[in-house]
Amino acid sequence: MSSFFDNHVKLFSTASLMFIGLTICVAIIPALRNQENNAPLPNAEPLSADALKGKALFVANGCVACHTQQVRNVDMDKTWGSRPSIAADYAGITRTDFWRNTATLMGTERTGPDLTNIGNRQPSKDWNLVHLYNPRIVVKESIMPAYPWMFTIKKEPSKNDVIVNVPAEYLQGKEGKVVATKDALYLVAYLQSRKQTKLPDGTPAPEFLYKQEVKTAAAGGGNAAAASAANGQELFVTNCQACHQANGEGLPGAFPPLKGSPVVTGDDLEKYVDIIMHGYDARADYGVMPPVGTNANFTENEVAAIMNYERTSWGNNAKQVTPEEIKKILDIVKLKPAP
Amino acid sequence: MRKQKVLPLFFLFLALIFTGKIVSAQSMTPSSFSFSKGEAWLCMMIIISLLLLVAALTLKRKVSQLRENNRRSMKKTNEEVFHEYSKHLNSKQIDQLLKMKNKKGPGNTGTALLALLLSSVLVLFSPSSVMAQAPVKADGTSLFSESGIIITLVLILIPVLAGFVLLIVKLRNAVNKQGNRQRIDEAAKLATYLENLTDEERERLEKRKNALNFSLTHNELSGSQPAEDERGLLDISPETGYNVVAHKKRALPRPNIEPELSRMVLWYLGCATFWLLFGTTIGEYLGIKFVAPDADHVSWLSFGRLRPVHTNAVFWGWASLGMLGLGNYIVPRVSNTKLYSIKMGWYALILINASVLIGSICLMAGINNGGGEYREYIWPVMLLFGIGLALTLINFLKTIAARTTKEIYISNWYMVSAIIFTIVISLTAYLPFWQDGLGETIVQGYYMHQGVGMWFMLFTLGIVYYFLPQQLNKPIYSYSLGILAFWTQILFYTLIGSHHFVFSAIPWWLQTVAIVGSMGMAIPVIAGTTNFLMTFKGGWYKVKDSYTLPFFLVGIIFYFTGSMQGTAEAFRFTNLIWHFTDFTVAHSHLTMYGIITFFIWACTYAVVPRLTGKEAPQILVGAHFWMALIGLMFYTIPLMYGSTLKGLMWLNGKPFMDGVVLMMPYWLWRAIGGSLMWLSHVVFAYNIYLMYRKSKTVDVRESAIQKMEEDNAIESVPAI
Repeated sequence: MSSFFDNHVKLFSTASLMFIGLTICVAIIPALRNQENNAPLPNAEPLSADALKGKALFVANGCVACHTQQVRNVDMDKTWGSRPSIAADYAGITRTDFWRNTATLMGTERTGPDLTNIGNRQPSKDWNLVHLYNPRIVVKESIMPAYPWMFTIKKEPSKNDVIVNVPAEYLQGKEGKVVATKDALYLVAYLQSRKQTKLPDGTPAPEFLYKQEVKTAAAGGGNAAAASAANGQELFVTNCQACHQANGEGLPGAFPPLKGSPVVTGDDLEKYVDIIMHGYDARADYGVMPPVGTNANFTENEVAAIMNYERTSWGNNAKQVTPEEIKKILDIVKLKPAP
Repeated sequence: MRKQKVLPLFFLFLALIFTGKIVSAQSMTPSSFSFSKGEAWLCMMIIISLLLLVAALTLKRKVSQLRENNRRSMKKTNEEVFHEYSKHLNSKQIDQLLKMKNKKGPGNTGTALLALLLSSVLVLFSPSSVMAQAPVKADGTSLFSESGIIITLVLILIPVLAGFVLLIVKLRNAVNKQGNRQRIDEAAKLATYLENLTDEERERLEKRKNALNFSLTHNELSGSQPAEDERGLLDISPETGYNVVAHKKRALPRPNIEPELSRMVLWYLGCATFWLLFGTTIGEYLGIKFVAPDADHVSWLSFGRLRPVHTNAVFWGWASLGMLGLGNYIVPRVSNTKLYSIKMGWYALILINASVLIGSICLMAGINNGGGEYREYIWPVMLLFGIGLALTLINFLKTIAARTTKEIYISNWYMVSAIIFTIVISLTAYLPFWQDGLGETIVQGYYMHQGVGMWFMLFTLGIVYYFLPQQLNKPIYSYSLGILAFWTQILFYTLIGSHHFVFSAIPWWLQTVAIVGSMGMAIPVIAGTTNFLMTFKGGWYKVKDSYTLPFFLVGIIFYFTGSMQGTAEAFRFTNLIWHFTDFTVAHSHLTMYGIITFFIWACTYAVVPRLTGKEAPQILVGAHFWMALIGLMFYTIPLMYGSTLKGLMWLNGKPFMDGVVLMMPYWLWRAIGGSLMWLSHVVFAYNIYLMYRKSKTVDVRESAIQKMEEDNAIESVPAI
């Protein structure tokens, strides 16, 4: 045996064959099988031409270093999508071009949020553009890089220019209007295209594993209010704060304030619930609000928690609502067609 | 004294509680003990408590000895004891005694008693407060019942236990000091006794002194000639330099290496150093960007583009060139022949440098293969690297084929296989036939981990198998362990790639295979670590006066802890907490930096003095070592701690931004640690410069000989 390994041809051939054999078993065959046995979902929409250019920019700028695009089949990933990602979600992705490889962009780091479903979670073009110009305009604690080179500053923008509402302190002394370049618009188009495709009717989605036990504290009478208040703040941070800001003052010219808002503090609960569930686009001076509640599948408890948080924060002092009230309104509101 | 007694009682109490718990669990039903449950953790705490108990008992014994002494000295102040003492005085003592007889007695030496007592009490109390916290965790949440977490905790406990051992040693010293104090008291009494000796006794002592003073002349056998160092065994240099750091041995001069090979190896290592400095400067800047995201707004310098520039430059530039340079030195040495072709070596060097240079520019310009980690260079760029590898492979194989030794030394097994495997890995990763859809992800998992394990780790192990025995000047402990590690590494490492995509859409069975493979990695890692550490056996004293061995030692320690941490991270539960967080970043630095980089440094400091004949100043090597090591700790520990908290936050459904806010201070620590690491690289680069540069100061001895030679030559000319 020892003489066998004293022969360099035999030694290195043996090692190589072992390695190549294992490689074929754990990499090449599984890769080929997955490539051949999966097809995109029937209702999956292919990327538009703009979104495709946006994806190229996403790859070029290394966004995948911080943003994953995979909803794992574990309970904690529910925030990022309504179902775990499956092979079919990636099946339509093929080689980019002669020079560049396939980009499934699954990612291995989540320094920033997962983007699998960002098109549903944050569809607002205005928000995305402002955020891209400098993320800290809308999310103070963000450490995402700013991409000002995807914008130009024009003194007199033409009619077709997409103007981005950037507060003066972020312009670093420059004067004029911030106008999005094609690149910025492509990139936003790609982000807006990131929506989880619904499974065909009757197909059960894979389950989320490692389910969290439902917090028992909410069941106890006295604690319920406290629990839902905390809950309301968390829900607000996750779903609303990016636009309406932590201080409830919104962003002038882009997102309306909730502090002192007649809708928030008033008695027309139906309108209020409707806006949360279905979004809002009635005021020209502000951006479009997406159907946040519908996207996140809010229950009456969650809607009530958010409303109560908003009605009692930043100096707002309106009467608290109960989940029972909201349930009734939700039943009515749900019948309305989504805008 | 009372307080010292409380301690063992406390630990006894602890131990009782825990054993009681176990016993009661066993009394009725079959034991539910299982290593996957909290009991394993509990069990470990019990073992630690037992250890503490043993330590406490030993201390107690010491203390009671002290007391015994105390009591005895109280009782027997009588003549007998002192007479006994005086009978056993040695000659010098007798001499002094007799001289002093009419002068004064010894003075009072008892000082600093209070400080000593205070400090010992403090020391005794600190372990109780530290250890008291640990068991509290034991009966805590399910977190501690997960094997991945347990493994990590054990890895963390290793240094804690080492610290504990140190504590015991210190305690023993304190107790000894206490004992000495009593002895000094006794000495004082003895002195008073000796003051009043009778004449008779004095005479007896005089006699005794003469008897004791009898000695041989010590040259009965050797004669009276002065000693002579005929074999040049002694080399005592009068030049000592600054007395700031410990003096280490200088590198031994070795048989000369062919100048062409030497020049090439030096170029490899020089280029590698450049890429290290370049790559980590970028890395340092990236670390700063985590705390100051608006540091610049230049597209070429944005985070997403620079990150792959950093990783690829340190991978393919620094580590790869460093390894290949050392490989070019080792393969001809262990084959006992010349390198097949120096030219091929140069081509490979040029190609790889070109690959990293063009690749970095491409990435900064936004030309990226597809975002897969370490696969960001587009194929034409990576092809240059691949050709460089192929050339090196041919060169090495031809050299080995022409070897004059019968067997192939284990270093060559590792290094040549690493090159072959890496060519296979690159082909698998860059050929387009199996890359659509999830195929890309499966290949990505395979590629990113094989790149690390089959290229860097395998090759570096080969280097260590040559340089470690050489630096210790003894053979490797076990050749067979090295071979076992070799085959098991191929078997298990190849399987583990997809553990980067646990819970993703890739097949469940593939994820399981990866996790099992990660566990199997314990075999090669433990075999390798054992082999290296056992090679140190009997040579530990050499660490003290060598400046390369500390680098090896750090590399070996991280080889064990870093690799086992990788295993722990692969489990499904630990994936819940740590996946997608900066824990992975900390892990990759512990391994790529703690293992690979430290080993390459060790070997660089070992080989360059042999090639250039010059050494770096030891104070700078020391500065390099400590800044790199401390920097790495500052870098990784806060990141691991913070990411664990962040993972738990995610698990509890907290808003995503809360995690970002939480990480801020840990990212700051990372930047600070990174800065130290970066600074150490500047020192390293300067050391390389010092070792490379042509000497400008005149060596007095060397030039004296030269001058005489020249003079001789001139004198001999007219004679012709």
